[in-house]
Amino acid sequence: MTPDVWVLLLPALIPIVVLSLGPLIYGVYLGFTDARAGLYVPTDFIGLANFKELVHDDLFWSSFKIGLVWAVSVTVLQFVLSLGLALLLNVEGLRFRGLARVLALVPWAMPPVVIGIMWRLVYHPDAGILNQTLQSVGVLHHNVDWLSGFAIALPAVIVVGVWTGMPQTTVTLLAALQGVPGELGEAAALDGAGAWARFRVVSWPAIKPVVVSITTLNFIWNFNEFGLVYVLTAGGPGGKTQLPMLFAYMEAFRYGHFGYAAALGDVMVVVIAVLLVVYMRAQSRGERS
Amino acid sequence: MSSPHTRTRPAVRGLQYLALLGYLVFLVFPLGWLISTAFKGPREIAQIHPHWIPRSPTLRNFSDAFDLQPILHGAGNSLVVAVCASLITVVLAAPAAYVLARHRNAVSRGTLGWVLLSQIFPFILIVIPLFLVLKQFQLINSLVGLVLVYVVWNMPFALWMLRSYVQAVPPVLEEAAAVDGAGRLRTLVSVVFPLLAPGVVATTLFAFINSWNEFFFALVLLKTPDKMTLPLILIRFIGADGVASLGPLAAAAVLATLPSLLFFALIQRRLTSGLLGGAVKG
Repeated sequence: MTPDVWVLLLPALIPIVVLSLGPLIYGVYLGFTDARAGLYVPTDFIGLANFKELVHDDLFWSSFKIGLVWAVSVTVLQFVLSLGLALLLNVEGLRFRGLARVLALVPWAMPPVVIGIMWRLVYHPDAGILNQTLQSVGVLHHNVDWLSGFAIALPAVIVVGVWTGMPQTTVTLLAALQGVPGELGEAAALDGAGAWARFRVVSWPAIKPVVVSITTLNFIWNFNEFGLVYVLTAGGPGGKTQLPMLFAYMEAFRYGHFGYAAALGDVMVVVIAVLLVVYMRAQSRGERS
Repeated sequence: MSSPHTRTRPAVRGLQYLALLGYLVFLVFPLGWLISTAFKGPREIAQIHPHWIPRSPTLRNFSDAFDLQPILHGAGNSLVVAVCASLITVVLAAPAAYVLARHRNAVSRGTLGWVLLSQIFPFILIVIPLFLVLKQFQLINSLVGLVLVYVVWNMPFALWMLRSYVQAVPPVLEEAAAVDGAGRLRTLVSVVFPLLAPGVVATTLFAFINSWNEFFFALVLLKTPDKMTLPLILIRFIGADGVASLGPLAAAAVLATLPSLLFFALIQRRLTSGLLGGAVKG
């Protein structure tokens, strides 16, 4: 590395180290302390005490379970629907394809707060269009309070999560599909392969690396989701949609338990890392066989 | 996938259109309702059987929204923060992205590794220390503090996007300039950066959109209404519950989306190639 290369690199590296790498290491460390909000409160190293407390915290377990249900459902549904849409948008000669492609991007550009507000209007028990629509086609016979029902709130929020994340996933998968050489599909078709066989033998192996990276990223992003659900339900009703990040936010900035919230963040990192390793292992094993 | 050998059967084509229609309904259903609500008067919103097309469309919600909450002020704050954050991010990231694309060594590998690794850390682990650090420098409830946070938060994807744009510039051009006796920085400024201009614009706009839309850091760092960015102002509407304020809420939400939607429309083609530069090559 010559000096002029450093000149180019340092303006980006310094803020990364000072405001990202440094604080993150400190953040991980805070999980092992009793740090609290407030100016003159001393912070002491308390080892694993926060984690022992977490183990016995029912709210923590339930928010973690909700977080996993949310992240897995949203990621899987996002992937299945986006793959379907990407395949459709990749079909030659389908009309309205260009229009659909542009429209499909709209949620990506919207602020999460606006998406949350929009769906609150859709889900509104009296003034919302969902109850009205479902009643007019005869599916429902009375108004449902989608975001306040104990059983229905989480599924309702998951639908919003899927809606929000579809553009990125669709665009990524579409780009991957467009990289699949057309001749391969044609050759397979000449050999008498149907659409499903062509997809399985030709397209799927070609897009698989992209599928693995986008589902992995989606899972991480979804597990760490905050804004959307904060606006939709703020974790309610009765904590039924309290994702881990909402729980951590409440602990840190409502109750001032910085150390405890950081410990929760540490657990999330470990869980995500473990899941990633397991997922990647399974993927590479699948490739070898 | 279709070719002369695989002409699509009409039944299949019909199913394809049906699926596309289904998706478009799912997509447009909430969007349409938001826009519809924004143009309805309070009495129409309170009706027992809501309908799609406003019977007597009104712009009152838009003016009411401005009266109810300091929307213009919030938009002003958002604008200042997003412009500063996106410009600073790209000015810092572009030279570094060049190094990451052209030099394979421990430092650039480490930086790229960090760009990816930083994704798995939940925001809570970064926001608590940042909160404590910014507090030391009296940068809580300050737009300067928020800009600093957004620069760092935007940095990973800015490096990632810009790196893929640099990779698309053939190194031959730089070698030619070097043969002509230009130094490295000179080559960069007069040869590489002009070619990167469209990518730099796309990255800047994307950083702008992200900062304009951002909610979590703003929620933690900004305390008083005079400092709040637009997303924070918007959720203040929700506090004042009741059907009556749904119209202004919808109107404000529509307004808050317009800038990011406009910029997004400008860059959408470039965005996909930039963000996926690394991913698609696998």
